[in-house]
Amino acid sequence: MSILTAILVLLLLASLFGALLGYSAVRFKPEGDPVVAQIDALLPQTQCGQCGYPGCKPYATAIANGDAINKCPPGGMATVEAIASLLDVDIVPLDAETEDNPTQLVAVIREDECIGCTKCIQACPVDAILGAAKLMHTVIESECTGCDLCLEPCPVDCIDMVEVPKTIHSWSWTAPVSQNSEVKIIATDGDRH
Amino acid sequence: MNKSNKLWRLHGGIHPAQMKELSNRTPIGQIPRPKEIILPLNHSNGAIATPCVKVGDHVNKGQLVATFNIPVATKIHASLSGRVTAIEPRIIAHISGLPALSIIIKTDDSDEESFLPKIENWSAMSNDQLISRIEEAGIAGLGGAGFPTQIKYRSHAPINTLIVNGVECEPYITSDDVLMREYSAQIIEGTLIALKMLSAKQALIAIEDNKPEAIAAITSELTRLSPSNIELRVIPTKYPSGGERQLIYILTGQEVGSGNIPASLGIVVQNVGTIYAIRQAIIDGEPLTQRVITLTGTAVANAGNYWVPIGTQIQHIIDATTPELIPHEVIMGGPMMGFDVPSTHAPVSKVTNCLLIPAKNELPRRSEDKACIRCGLCEQVCPVNLLPQKLYWNSKHHEWEQAELNSLFDCIECGACSWVCPSEIPLVQYYRFAKSEIKKEHVEKVKSDQARKRFEDRQKRLEKLALEKDAKRKARAAAAAKAQANKETDVESKLGDQAKADILASLARVKAKKPKTEQPPKDADTLRLAWESAEEVVLKAKNKLKIAETENTATVSALVTALGKLETRAKKAKEAWMTASTPNNNHDGESE
Repeated sequence: MSILTAILVLLLLASLFGALLGYSAVRFKPEGDPVVAQIDALLPQTQCGQCGYPGCKPYATAIANGDAINKCPPGGMATVEAIASLLDVDIVPLDAETEDNPTQLVAVIREDECIGCTKCIQACPVDAILGAAKLMHTVIESECTGCDLCLEPCPVDCIDMVEVPKTIHSWSWTAPVSQNSEVKIIATDGDRH
Repeated sequence: MNKSNKLWRLHGGIHPAQMKELSNRTPIGQIPRPKEIILPLNHSNGAIATPCVKVGDHVNKGQLVATFNIPVATKIHASLSGRVTAIEPRIIAHISGLPALSIIIKTDDSDEESFLPKIENWSAMSNDQLISRIEEAGIAGLGGAGFPTQIKYRSHAPINTLIVNGVECEPYITSDDVLMREYSAQIIEGTLIALKMLSAKQALIAIEDNKPEAIAAITSELTRLSPSNIELRVIPTKYPSGGERQLIYILTGQEVGSGNIPASLGIVVQNVGTIYAIRQAIIDGEPLTQRVITLTGTAVANAGNYWVPIGTQIQHIIDATTPELIPHEVIMGGPMMGFDVPSTHAPVSKVTNCLLIPAKNELPRRSEDKACIRCGLCEQVCPVNLLPQKLYWNSKHHEWEQAELNSLFDCIECGACSWVCPSEIPLVQYYRFAKSEIKKEHVEKVKSDQARKRFEDRQKRLEKLALEKDAKRKARAAAAAKAQANKETDVESKLGDQAKADILASLARVKAKKPKTEQPPKDADTLRLAWESAEEVVLKAKNKLKIAETENTATVSALVTALGKLETRAKKAKEAWMTASTPNNNHDGESE
């Protein structure tokens, strides 16, 4: 008899919690894929397509579905490390011929050579090029991600990628050079990565 | 607030050698007029001021030369009369050594002044008028931060206490000390003006006890005027008691919360130099064009304090006081918080309170840094109660999130931790590096969020356009199909019922006759009849057309087409009859 009561109680509890879980799964369902959004937030949003996907979000989706995390040259090793720590996977070296730590570039149209074909406008993933057919185009530099997708379609090659000049405002401190980086007094003195 | 003269004890702090007697023995001097004035147009937040003078213009001393179009910035005035020779990038007093766009003025000896009108009776003016004058005069906090002064007075929080900061706790610097000694009356007057602008109840003038002359000067002025709402507070000498938050704690025992401003406690802190500048702007109408700068260090011959026009090149000050000196290092600010100037051709700014030119071994050289031994001295001296050692690990290992959690941004970079560190670790440099990396990351985050939004908006727009295009194409296809269907009934619908019936009848007749012609030879008479009836129909149609032409033009074209067809048929019928009549004769002849 007592065994029967126990089984009944357990059954009751199981069905109660099952119903609760089932309800909350429907009621509190997160919109979209949270993992994709988290990965997307770590990507540099240059939308350059160097990873082989048409933008950062598609690549984030691909990573969530198991693609390699090292296909983003603009993000460099910093992005690889961030995604690795988010997904708790191993850090892999960047899969690209391009060197790590790229300089910040911005597209500039040589405006007197522009023929107004609008091809670059269509290629720009972030709508950073302004212009109309048969009228001169120009790049809104503050919105340009430096993806260089506008270079290839230009029929007259009037777009240059130039380095963003360092100004007093964008200047930043560098790490102090430590002469004793090898000295360890206790174990945690070492590199923590 | 507290009526007693109780002072609170600041946590931490250090007592480095004062070195103040190097420069506070002499009255404030003047330096010869510089040949050139450099007025940088950059703002710390990246904004660039718009010049309101052109190259070639003559400017007077105190004339407005550039303004910002952002509220949190100060106006820029010509500090001497002269001619604008260029607006070009020049090296400025910034640790980076990078140039910034500047207005260059070649000075002349005309000494014409463009000051604002004097205000004789300031107590009768409204606070708004007085604060606008502060803004017009381009006054910035002269203590070091250079914060636009008018902003502090436009705060919406009710202000109870004004603290006049004459602490000047950093070694070597004496510019506030000598200013208080020589201009105590003006400082008290400025304090009264500031009290009115803030509608504050009381003002506390804080001075460290290592400045007896300044204390005496202020005390005698207070005794003479005996204002009820100004009190002098002499505080013990300790670095960094002059920090805004540190001074508030020492005087009131209250702590300004992280991320808050003193106004949240009803307190405004002003440097004595700023108070003096306020007084000059209100009573004499003088914009901020010069300030007292301490020139000190054992390498200079005439160490002391000087009135220096803002924008004077450091090299000019060196030449005027110690010709032939080739400094191996020039520090702008004091030895604790100052920085190495990249070039002596950089100009001094509104926040330059000191130029320290030490002899080679005057300042302790940092030898090789050693490993952190966890002695904890840095924690004991931190005036902000932070854990410098933890911040050091976080900064060294790029653990930005942890560094922020350990309140990295509350660090005032006073340098006390580095000063006591037995391992000589450049702690403040690590914190500065970490802060600028975190700020950089933040800027990049904002930029990438913006790029993401633009990318997603573009995707949405393209999808919408594609859908619209598709919908339009479908609509066009449907319209074309409908038009095709309509076209077939168009002619008929346009004609009147009678005309339609007639045309159909005639068509039917012609059709009915047609097979006959194709059938084995008819006799000529039948064909002739067909031709005649066809002719008849043509005639009828012609009449119809005539009527239509006079009455209704809409059906004319249709009728013309119909008439053309009927005429061809009639012609064919005639030809058929003509051809039939000849062979028929033959046939008849043959059959006979």
